[in-house]
Amino acid sequence: MSGAKPRLTTAAMIASIASEGQKTKAAPFGHALVALAETRPEIVGMTADLAKYTDLHIFAQACPDRFYQMGMAEQLLMAAAAGMAKEGFTPFATTYAVFAARRAYDFICLAIAEENLDVKVVCALPGLTTGYGPSHQATEDLAIFRGMPNLTIVDPCDALEIEQAVPAIAAHRGPVYMRLLRGAVPLVLDEYGYRFELGRAAMLRDGADVLLISSGLMTMRALEAADALRKDRIEAAVLHVPTIKPLDEATIVAAAAKSGRPVVVAENHSVVGGLGEAVAGALARSGIAARFRQVGLPDAFLDAGALPTLHDRYGISVSAMTTTLREWL
Amino acid sequence: MSANAGLPNEPSLAERARRIRRNALRMGEIQGQGYIAQALGIADVLAVSYFHALRYHADDPHWEGRDRFLLSCGHYAIALYAALIEAGIIPEPELETYGVDDSRLPMSGMASYTPGMEVSGGSLGQGLGIGVGMALGLKRKHSGARVFNLMSDGELGEGATWEAAMSAAHWKLDNLVCIVDFNNQQADGPSTQMLCSEPLEAKWDAFGWFAQRVDGNDIDAVREAFDRARTLDEAKPRVIICDTRMACGVPFLEARERNHFLRVAPEEWQKALRIIEAEAAP
Ligand SMILES: Cc1ncc(C[n+]2csc(CCOP(=O)(O)OP(=O)(O)O)c2C)c(N)n1
Ligand SMILES: [Mg+2]
Repeated sequence: MSGAKPRLTTAAMIASIASEGQKTKAAPFGHALVALAETRPEIVGMTADLAKYTDLHIFAQACPDRFYQMGMAEQLLMAAAAGMAKEGFTPFATTYAVFAARRAYDFICLAIAEENLDVKVVCALPGLTTGYGPSHQATEDLAIFRGMPNLTIVDPCDALEIEQAVPAIAAHRGPVYMRLLRGAVPLVLDEYGYRFELGRAAMLRDGADVLLISSGLMTMRALEAADALRKDRIEAAVLHVPTIKPLDEATIVAAAAKSGRPVVVAENHSVVGGLGEAVAGALARSGIAARFRQVGLPDAFLDAGALPTLHDRYGISVSAMTTTLREWL
Repeated sequence: MSANAGLPNEPSLAERARRIRRNALRMGEIQGQGYIAQALGIADVLAVSYFHALRYHADDPHWEGRDRFLLSCGHYAIALYAALIEAGIIPEPELETYGVDDSRLPMSGMASYTPGMEVSGGSLGQGLGIGVGMALGLKRKHSGARVFNLMSDGELGEGATWEAAMSAAHWKLDNLVCIVDFNNQQADGPSTQMLCSEPLEAKWDAFGWFAQRVDGNDIDAVREAFDRARTLDEAKPRVIICDTRMACGVPFLEARERNHFLRVAPEEWQKALRIIEAEAAP
């Protein structure tokens, strides 16, 4: 029988994206939605057996009569959210990114997006944010959703941005897909005097040697990588692009056109069909032939394992990203 | 053939279930948390499956004549690994690697990782449909093998389950057995409060299935239900709804509320293991 075993540090359950000692905020989405709901009586919360795991339980506790537990039925969740919207309500519908993108796609597409209905699809576990393996790793959610007409897509970086994005996506009339970081979410952008604006990219720091373009949690990694590169006398600019669609092409093109610096797009997503290819298309259409690279997940079904291990393995940890950038530059 | 051919020195099904619980607890201890309550709850059903009902060769998990056991609820992998270890399909020392990087035993069951794991079931609600196809395929090959699909009660919420249920009856799949673990638990709370599927037996019956509902922690009742499902001479699929108790066999864990994903303190794993060890046949 096993005695007192040393705690394994490589356990699959290490699933936090916060690094040691990083400032965090608890359940920013849930709290922001509760605050917003006070003045927006038409907002309702809906989920498919994942309230606790999408921070919607905060809303369910605060506004029990405006919360709809639909059971583990993602297709129903999206169809019913469409129905609610047709009756004048604004549902925030939550599940995991894989189940919205893969299982419920057709329902989001036809029942919600085609009629431009006011449904906000908010999904935890975007990209590679769980070690559970391909069933839970939404490595291609952006690729799937970018092709959907009418849909606005948001990939917030941290707790501050989630708090600000919630009222902003509610103010926008029409369907939105938002990638969600849940639980203890890192707080980073408060140090940059940042304000989220739907549809706008923001230059968080400038630098002449390389332009890092990123979204979601990769923006905090890009900022850390930029710090690390400074020690090698490489000055990196970081352009944060929280709205994936519609893409702020003007800001991206202007930043890439400046000083002929190479462009690296970093995303918590497959290199196929995400921000990287969206940026590449924008640059090509504008006739900008910058040196171009992607830091992103390979076009493959990824391994199961501990999240830090996997982020290193697939090149999206700060250290893996910094190493790659040093090699390229 | 099944590892249990009723030989006089064979451990009883109750002893098999006890060892499955022990294996599961030892794996749970590695991670310190997880789907241990489900594993303890379904151990009796797995004991009957692997030591009474299923035909397989432990040394050849891909044997063409095997009965196919699909773990639709992939997060129950810890339970199935515990049974596969007891069945000799996975070597016992490997349980130390449960959920560890590069292990063959990931937290969510995947066919490409583990011998004896027929499907990758983490996206819930897919198993029964795959089972329909395998049952059709086996009939096409004139194989006498059966398909057993184990699903959780949460999967009853997925529309795909009922598409498959209707299809199985349409195709008269008498070689398909569906086992529903009715533990009345889902991620957010009790299943009956999430999306109530009752009256469940009547539903399956109306869908054209031979339906039985038993206490899933009463080994004799489970064994008899499996026997009826296997011997029924009617051209229809069979479902066994098993009412199980989360964490069955470890009272202090059974008493916990919210037990979809249990966090268990280090000393509590040993306490739980001692309770299970104490039940060992002398
Ligand atoms: C299609 C799908 N939706 C959601 C999930 C997330 N999820 C994992 S387990 C679970 C609970 C489902 O109920 P059940 O399997 O009965 O839970 P348990 O008995 O294990 O507590 C959920 C919602 C999933 N894995 N697959
Ligand atoms: Mg259940």
